[in-house]
Amino acid sequence: MGKIEEYTVKRDADRTDLKLNMGPQHPATHGVLRLELDLDGEIIRKCTPHIGYLHRGTEKLGEDRTYISALPLTDRLDYIASMNNNIGYCVAVEKLFGIEAPERAKYIRTMCAELGRISSHLLWLATHALDIGAMTVFLYAFRERAMIMEMFEKLTGARLTVSYPRIGGVRNDVTQEFIDRAHAFADEFPTHMEEYETLIDQNRIWLKRTKGIGIITADEAINWGLSGPMIRGSGIAYDIRKHEPYDAYKDVEFEVPIGTEGDVYDRYRVRMIELRQSALIIKQCVEKLPRGAILDPNAPKFTLPPKERVMTDMESLIHQFVLITKGPMTAQEGEVYVATELPKGEFGYYFVSDGSGKPYRMRLRAPSFVHASVLPLMCEGGLIADVIANIGTLDIVLGECDR
Amino acid sequence: MISGTEALVEVEEGVKVIPGGNAFITKLGKLVDFGVNWSRLSSIWPMTFGLACCGIEMMAAGSSHYDLDRFGIIFRASPRQSDCLIIAGTVTKKMAPIVRRVYDQMPEPRYVIAMGSCACSGNIYNSYSTVQGVDTFLPVDVYIPGCPPRPEALMQGLIKLQDKIRKEELRWSRFR
Repeated sequence: MGKIEEYTVKRDADRTDLKLNMGPQHPATHGVLRLELDLDGEIIRKCTPHIGYLHRGTEKLGEDRTYISALPLTDRLDYIASMNNNIGYCVAVEKLFGIEAPERAKYIRTMCAELGRISSHLLWLATHALDIGAMTVFLYAFRERAMIMEMFEKLTGARLTVSYPRIGGVRNDVTQEFIDRAHAFADEFPTHMEEYETLIDQNRIWLKRTKGIGIITADEAINWGLSGPMIRGSGIAYDIRKHEPYDAYKDVEFEVPIGTEGDVYDRYRVRMIELRQSALIIKQCVEKLPRGAILDPNAPKFTLPPKERVMTDMESLIHQFVLITKGPMTAQEGEVYVATELPKGEFGYYFVSDGSGKPYRMRLRAPSFVHASVLPLMCEGGLIADVIANIGTLDIVLGECDR
Repeated sequence: MISGTEALVEVEEGVKVIPGGNAFITKLGKLVDFGVNWSRLSSIWPMTFGLACCGIEMMAAGSSHYDLDRFGIIFRASPRQSDCLIIAGTVTKKMAPIVRRVYDQMPEPRYVIAMGSCACSGNIYNSYSTVQGVDTFLPVDVYIPGCPPRPEALMQGLIKLQDKIRKEELRWSRFR
């Protein structure tokens, strides 16, 4: 019989250790991220991210759908930049099927991808600044974001979940009005950037909250598999748009900004310069936009015929029936991995095809998932108030993190 | 007049009223109803609780372009200070207990808006991990379809909720 150990309860006032549960309902965790923090006073001893609160089974659902009908699922992965997701998916499926989008479609896609990047970075800026305490930036950034949303709505019919690109091109051609608006937007956007920078760039509170916080060295960034602005903030000029250009990125000129210190402020600067570069890319795309088809001649196998023709034309009816029920039957056996540069980082689509109209395996490499794993490295040893800055700088979207 | 709780009739889950109670205080009651309802519907404070894509449109509705503040709708970060829960996004089976807990933490009267197809019915996510509509575990007042609904749709949903509150009777009762 063991002796019942006597123990004394330390008075609460003397205790400095505390287990703090942050999220999933927390306004600064950008969705439903949950952090388990072991605290010693205000200093974080251990930080454990818990994910999976938005796991919707996208990969499994993708295996149950044809290549055409899985496209809307990709909208809802990184829902802030759904256009970029769609484009990545289409590029991957095009590689699998061995077709290529025509030049005009490539330029339209590039233009739309950069608009999506601006919209995503603006949302990041808005929420990151709001979390740290700068409310005005939120209102300013959403003003410009509303302009992009309106442009997307004119072009695609949807504000957020666009499903605009198609396998082998894009769904519909851009109108002259859209082109004019895109050009005007790209023209005036740098002046808006100056507004944001006036508010926070030299703001003493902003500098104190961001400089020297969440430092990731270049080695650590490579070892943890970071990508996008996270790795560029640490001083490594890794950009898939430059290294493995897809769409029209090989024809446009832009710079890849890098940071020096690898702290929150550097990543903020990197993203701000990226915003300006995106506006430049849009301008170049508008000026260089070639004439021609918007859909690959082989692509009718992959896109549904227009509804009017389905109602009147027998062949189109059969075509639609086959596409809906079986999917495009020309997929070769094999596997394909295509990475595209999303606003968050490298987003990879990996397909294993068994020769049928549906992917045997659809694997998504999400940047937010990788970036969430680096959170303990940034937070541990720091103060609890800096967790908010660290989550904000990751630009994490739980939709693609949990998939 | 009323002794104990036997005289109360439960009209909905957790809501008890005195049958015919209004008859005593019809005139006064209507006036009080009007006042209480007016103040409630003019200051709906929803929770800042973006679950997925719809949360972004909810933020857009609250920001400069659409500006929900003009309806008296100000987002609060704590469930203790809010009286409307906007379920903005997909609720997974892992998330559902937490959503329920947030709802339970809110003081009454409390309302629930299911924003978006995922919250209404599960949408395209008919998978092993997704709850097929939040009405399986929450009493929903207003459904807003759309994937995601436009900010205008959210506004209309909130106006519908205001209409619903306007018609309430005796919910201010201490027997509530």
